[in-house]
Amino acid sequence: MSVFESDFSRWWDIPLAGRQIGLDSYDKIILFKIGDVGINVTIFNSWLVIALIILCCRLATRNLSYERKASKLQVALEGIVLWLQKEANEISGSKTNQYLGLAMGLFCFILVCNILTIIPWFRAPTASISTTMGLAAVVFLAIPYFSIKNAGLKGYLKKFIDPIPLMLPMNIFSEFFSSFAMGLRLFGNMLSGVMFVSILSAFIPLIAPLSMQSLGLLTGSIQAYIFALLAVVYSSSVQEKIEPENNFVNLDKGEK
Amino acid sequence: MDAVSLIGAFSVLGACLCMGIGSIGSAVGEGNVAASALQAMAQQPDEASRIRSTMFVAIAMVETTALYALLIAFLVLYANPFWNYAVAQVQ
Repeated sequence: MSVFESDFSRWWDIPLAGRQIGLDSYDKIILFKIGDVGINVTIFNSWLVIALIILCCRLATRNLSYERKASKLQVALEGIVLWLQKEANEISGSKTNQYLGLAMGLFCFILVCNILTIIPWFRAPTASISTTMGLAAVVFLAIPYFSIKNAGLKGYLKKFIDPIPLMLPMNIFSEFFSSFAMGLRLFGNMLSGVMFVSILSAFIPLIAPLSMQSLGLLTGSIQAYIFALLAVVYSSSVQEKIEPENNFVNLDKGEK
Repeated sequence: MDAVSLIGAFSVLGACLCMGIGSIGSAVGEGNVAASALQAMAQQPDEASRIRSTMFVAIAMVETTALYALLIAFLVLYANPFWNYAVAQVQ
């Protein structure tokens, strides 16, 4: 059956090289049902990734030690945490590690999701728009949380009329779209990788898709890093600043 | 060629144009970002790590425009909201 003989409105369901491609195809593969709720492949793979991360963290923190007998896993995870701590503190300009939890959670989840695509038949949950929009919703809620925590409710609301009150609609718009765009960016990157490999493996099944898959690993790691860092950047956009103008005013008064 | 095939062919053409034109600006912008970052790294090798991390974030921001074009191309190809309406009008 060629593509052009089938019903056009459903041609994202055509399997291409054993994979179904399309905007929401991963959400349509139902693995099993719990009661009436069908568990699709996105949810199930997310659970797998979460279980893997929790298992690794449990194994690494079981026998914590300061000395040379620290396990290799502990050293590896410490390296990741310290690196991300440095990056998050550098980019947010705060020394308090308050963004580390958010950044570390997002980074680990997305990184493990994207790297596990080297296993055949594992479909990355980040290549489904429901997962990435869920992660973007976390960031969307984290922005007012950290802003209000750092600068108070007044400081957070002041952001919306920042240069002039005329910019209020644009600022509200950008508040929504900054996190919305993060979800779309991750989804677009992962989906384009998956689709390119599928289409390429329909033409050249054997060796050629390997190069694109390894490029996908690189892209996935960079996207995880970027997602975590952008979450920190947006969350730390409103911070209590030391106003330099006050000093000048005092100086002027002193001179007079 | 009947009307439905024509609509399909123009959908594909629209997706190709969307992707091709939409990625021009993003490609130029990413080139500018990378060139500036390389220049800065060559002038200040001590600050290379900080410049690199900022460069990645900037590249991701610039890349977003091309990704919007990509998503619209996917939308036109796989989930065209006007498809059923167009087919109903034709038949």
